[in-house]
Order: sequence, then structure tokens, then C-alpha cells
Amino acid sequence: MHGYSGNILHIDLTNRSHWTEDKPEEWYKLYIGGVSMATRLCWENIEVGCDPYSQGNPICFANGIFAGTPVPVGGKYGLASKSPLTGMIGDSLSGSWFSIALKRAQWDGVVIHGGSENWIHIFIDDNRVEFLPADKLLGLGTFETEEEIREMFGDDQIRSATIGPAGEKMVRFANVTNDGRQAGRTGHGAVWASKKIKAVSVRGTYGITVADPETLLQMSFDITESSQGPHTEKYRIYGTSTNVLNMNKLGLLPTRNFQEGVFEFAELISGEYLDEHHKVKVIACAQCPIACEQMSMVKKGPFAGAMTGIEYECLQAVSSNCGIDDMTAAIQLVDIADKSGMDAMSMGVSISFAMECYERGVLKKEDFKCEAAPDGIELNFGNGEGAVILARMIRDREGIGAILAEGTRIASSMLDEERGTETWKWAMHIKGLENPGYDARSLKTFALGLAVGTRGGCHNRSAAYDPDIKGETNRFTIDETRGEVASRSEEYAAVYDTLPLCKFIRRCFTGKADRAGAWPAIANLINATTGWNFDYDDVDSIGVRAHTMKKAFNIREGWKKEDDDLPYRWKNEPMTIGPSAGHVVTDDELDYLKKIYYEAKGWTEEGLIPKKVLIDLGMDDVAEEIGV
Amino acid sequence: MVASTSKYKYIVCDPELCIGCQLCEYICSYTKTGEFNTYRSRIRTVRVDEVLITAVACRTCENAPCVIACTRDALTQDSETGIIHIDPQKCDGCAWCIEACDFGAISINHHTKLAEFCNQCEDVEEGPQCVKICPKDALEYTTPDQRSQRTRRKLIKSSLEFPSKTKDPR
Repeated sequence: MHGYSGNILHIDLTNRSHWTEDKPEEWYKLYIGGVSMATRLCWENIEVGCDPYSQGNPICFANGIFAGTPVPVGGKYGLASKSPLTGMIGDSLSGSWFSIALKRAQWDGVVIHGGSENWIHIFIDDNRVEFLPADKLLGLGTFETEEEIREMFGDDQIRSATIGPAGEKMVRFANVTNDGRQAGRTGHGAVWASKKIKAVSVRGTYGITVADPETLLQMSFDITESSQGPHTEKYRIYGTSTNVLNMNKLGLLPTRNFQEGVFEFAELISGEYLDEHHKVKVIACAQCPIACEQMSMVKKGPFAGAMTGIEYECLQAVSSNCGIDDMTAAIQLVDIADKSGMDAMSMGVSISFAMECYERGVLKKEDFKCEAAPDGIELNFGNGEGAVILARMIRDREGIGAILAEGTRIASSMLDEERGTETWKWAMHIKGLENPGYDARSLKTFALGLAVGTRGGCHNRSAAYDPDIKGETNRFTIDETRGEVASRSEEYAAVYDTLPLCKFIRRCFTGKADRAGAWPAIANLINATTGWNFDYDDVDSIGVRAHTMKKAFNIREGWKKEDDDLPYRWKNEPMTIGPSAGHVVTDDELDYLKKIYYEAKGWTEEGLIPKKVLIDLGMDDVAEEIGV
Repeated sequence: MVASTSKYKYIVCDPELCIGCQLCEYICSYTKTGEFNTYRSRIRTVRVDEVLITAVACRTCENAPCVIACTRDALTQDSETGIIHIDPQKCDGCAWCIEACDFGAISINHHTKLAEFCNQCEDVEEGPQCVKICPKDALEYTTPDQRSQRTRRKLIKSSLEFPSKTKDPR
């Protein structure tokens, strides 16, 4: 078998043992890699119904099919566990040298079972597994931890995935970091901490062979060349932050905890402003010729020295969404999130939630007392310095930070129970995962995509904002086509998330990002790597199967139709200004959208999956368990 | 850093342009071994403090210290090209050459335990494959003389302030 080793590594922390599981080629043809394979491994190894922080929740890595080859943007892995934020599948992706090291160590996937009593650093050295004490690494930031490990072994090709101080403190939206990139969402860092894992390091020394290297190289050369052209210009020059002004113009830029979609100071937090005042360098993920990461630095002022990569989602969450017009505070906030290993998107929405609580009088100045602010903080929207202090309180679980570190869903219910308030009405999450940077009140196809999303409020798994923004669908209204559009959109995204390839390459195959433009080229890449005989339909079914697998996982963990919902605000409180003013997604509209979406999927009215659908996808054992 | 004194051509990386993607290492290891394995690449990227990134390959020093340091006369330098050739029969992987190299440009093959050098793809018609694949043109196949000329030109250009001309059209 080319492209795969056929081996999955199982590590049991409780017994300090490990073993190899051989998977047949047919299994790989179904689940490929990335989020699909990671979810499948989680399905096979989880104790059904377990608490996400219990020993029964496994940590599942799945490598990419193209990791370690010259195929551009193919150096990624998927990571899955049951998410402590959503109680459903937590599937993340990261561009990473970690995936390549793992591939060279000849592992297609890794499943970590059980839990450790002491903090531990797992070292996978080709086919050897060592359990090392992590005491010296505790308290170190994410990048520092990796540097320390490289120093410790004296080998800079050892690649590590780590958690930071926020992870150690089990901030519910803590994440996993490698090489400054993150498997960012759904709280993997907290799951790692529940097993007392500080780091997983890999050294892989074997070469990677593919079925048809000449074809693969020629295609890689061509895609690389195309990736330096107009198809990726947006990502290469300003990075995704250029979206700030575009979204603002459309009235979609989350502003002051999603109260409005237009931010009056958008210019000051734009990608263009960032480029002119703060950009230091652009850097790339592993095996990526695009390089979208805009490393940005604060050169003077109270936050001087803060430096990290800035992209749209994290930027909007900590700036316009918090009413903050100070780019230096925004960089500082993302820097705190990145170095302490927490999801800057969830952190930003948690801070904006606290700000609204303050403005509505639920939280008082003295609620924010901490060492850095002994008298508390007047946490109005726009208070950058206050937000920075609060971010550190969340990281350290200091004072009110301990509540906000639980994520907006749990934090709001804790506050409401304690104070008899209704903060849940402005807790901006879906299924417990904080919302991304597109206000969905006037993106009705995307609203559906978010509501039914298997991992909650996520812009990566559903791309349904695309037809809404491009005008292929009328974003302000609904019609009978939207079920199909939302369904196809998430299956499209799932193909990229499963291979995985970064979606920024999607136009570089033929100039067209649609299925007809990309799938034939992707089939050729798969075939040159593995020697298989995939065609357009096979590629398309990768996405269908990946998404179905995630949904099946959720059903088995207790998903109900009511879970496919939107935040109260998006259903009841229209914006007052800008092009999106006056719009909400009503309960009736949402019910109708869900109905036509389940129909488009071929699922039942209750959103359950018929046995036949699963069997047609080759998932007979899944049909056995949850098919109806 | 110690400057190369080479009159020969070598592969150099501009740290401002390098994005750390490692595609040079993939193509190098494939060209030399038929496999993709950055441990077998003769050009190596290095990254510290997140933004300091570059790639290093043999600098073809004159009177190459590695050749002088070799205790078994396994290394010879081509007088035409400056490329270091290794006799695998003589090399025993003692790594004195690595100690002598100021650039960290030599590596040891993990499996054979012998030293490996960049040979500028002298056996490949198109020349160095890493330079060919580099998506950001950060790698250059050049001589110190060309480098200094280019630096002079860059310096004078950057000291002239014509804002409309200094930026690429977007």
C-alpha cells in the first residue's frame, strides 16, 4: 500500500502500554484521513456516553493522505475527541510538521486511551513509544514547550503537539498547538489536560514513497506555480484579515457581541491597516507554498512586544466583536490566546459576552477584581486594556475568569442560576461552540449550515456563507433550495477536511473552485499517491461519508433534533443599522430549513439516518448501531 | 556568522522571503533517494522564534574546512565547481566534517551513518531542484560576487523614496 503504512498506534496511558492495529486497505478507502478517519477512530474507541473528561474519551489523531509528499497544503492532520464544549464530536485540523513526522514514523493514526496520574510527555520515536515526565515543561507556553523539547533531544526535526498554560488549567476552549499552528476549536487542550498530557512528540526517520512519483511531482509543481497567482492573492498579500472591510460593508461583521453587523472603526482593525502598521513577515504551514500567516507585532505602547499570526476569525472575535478599535490590543489578545494555548475565537466571544453582562449590569466592576486590577474593571465594550486583563484571568482561571473559562454556554447558565438573570439570551454559541465571524441573521443558508453543524458554531465545516455572499442565493430570504445547498456545502468542505488539503488551494487546480473544477484533479492526486483508481464520484463520496460519520457519532452520543438550533439573538433581535438591519431567522423559518435539509440528506423527519443510506456508503456496522 | 569565502557557486536562501514550507527538502530527498524524507535532504530549513526562518545547503567554501578536517581523506573538493565529493568506502561517519562546518550544512544519513553533502544536483540537467521548486524564489543558485552586486542594487533602490514605485501593484 502506498501513501499509508496500514498501521494505527494505540497508546494506553493508564497501563503505560502500546500496541499496533493493522487496518485493511478497504478501511482507508472509506475514511481516507483527516477529520473523517479521526472521527471514525473516535467512534471505534470511545466509551459511548462518557464524560468528555473521563478516561473513556480517546484522543484520536488521523494523518493526511498527502502528508510528507510535495503536494501543496497537504501537510495536515485531523484530531478528534468528544468535545467538552459541545458533548458531541470535536474534530479539528492543523497544518503541521507534526503530521509529517508521524507519517515518517509510519503511523497513519494514533489513539490515546485512558489517563495518566502525573503530567506526561509522550515521545513516539519511529516505532518506539516513551512515557516521559513533563514536570519541566509545565507552565511553559506553547512555542516555548516545543523549543524546550527540541533542545532536550537536540534534534530540530522532532515535532511536538502541545498544550499551554490555559490547557493545563483546563480552560474548556483550550487547544492543541504545533509549530505555532493550532488544532484550534472544540477544546482539545482541556481533554489532553484531563489525561495529564502536556505534549506528544514525534521523530520519524523513514522515507515516504508514493505509487507514481513522476505524476505526483509534476502535478505538485503545477499546483505550486498556480498557487502563486491570482487564485490565492487574497491570502498571500493581506491574509484573511482583508475580510474585515468586506464583511463590514455587507453588514456581517460581528460587532459588540453580535448586536450589530457594522463596526464604525472597521478601518482601524482591517487587514490593510495590519499590513501597513504591524506586519513583520509571512510564514507558511508545513508543505504550503501560499503562506497566509501574517506575523504581526506591536512595536510601541502598553502591549509592545506582542507578536503572533493574525487572521480574520481570531481578529474579529477580539476586536469588532468586543467593540475594540485598537489593533495593538487585538494583537495582544490573540498573542495571549496563542501562547497560552486557547482558541482565540471562543475566547473573544467569551470576553464580548462578559462585556455585555457588564453593560447590562449583570456583572459589576468588582466582579472583575484580580491581581492586575485590585479594584475590578469597567468592562465596557471597547475597553482593550480590560479585555487583555480578562484574557489572562481566563487563562489562569482567576476570579470571574474561572466561570468564563467554561465557555459561554456553561458560563451563562452558571450566572443565570446564581443571579436569576437571562444572560443565555446573549450567549453567542451553537451547541456550545462560540460562533464564527459571520452574522448569520442575514445569511440564511449559512444560518442553516451553522444550526445543523456537527461541531456547532463553525465556519470551516459549512461553507454555506459562500453562495449567500456571492449572491447565488438570496441571503435575506429562504426558499426550498436551501436544504440542498447547505447539505452540499458541508459535504464539499468535508472532502478538503478529510484529505486534508487546506481550502485555500481550492481554485488552484483549474481556476474553478467547484466540484467540476477540483474533484478530477484531487482524484489524480489520490491515485498518484496510492495507486488506487478514484474518480469524480469517489472523491465526492469522501465528503458525504465524512459528514455522515460525524453525524452518526453525535446521534450515538445522544443528539436530538432540538440541538440543531441558533442563538436566541439571531432568532429574535434584528440589527438596527447597516445592510443587514431588520433581519432575523425566525423559529418557523429555522424549522422549515431543517426539514428541507434533512430531506436533502435522505434522513428522517427527526434527523436520523436510515440504515440504507449508511449501507450505501459502505458503513454497515454504523447502520447496525444507529441506523433506523 | 562566518562568511563564505567561496568563488564557487552555491545555493543561498533569503531569510526575508523564506516561509519555511520545506518543499526544498522534499524535492531534494526525492532527487537523491527516490523517497520523500526531510532527514535525507541536503538542504535544511531552520526556524527559531517563529519568524526567523532560512534554509542552509553547502556553501562550497574555498579550502573547505570539512575536507581538511576529514581524518580518512574521504572528502575531496572539485576544483572546477567547489562541490564536495564523498567516498563512501572511506567515510566512517565520524562527523569531524560536521564539527568543522560553520554553516551546519552537512548531515548524517540516519540509516547508513555516513555524511551527506549538497552536490547542487550536478547530475541533473536542470540544475538544483530546490531552487526550481521554491515557491517564493527565496533560494538562489549564485556566487558571492553576484550576491554583493545584488545587495548593492537593493540598498540603493531602497534608499530612494518613490512610494509609487516601491510597492508592487495590488
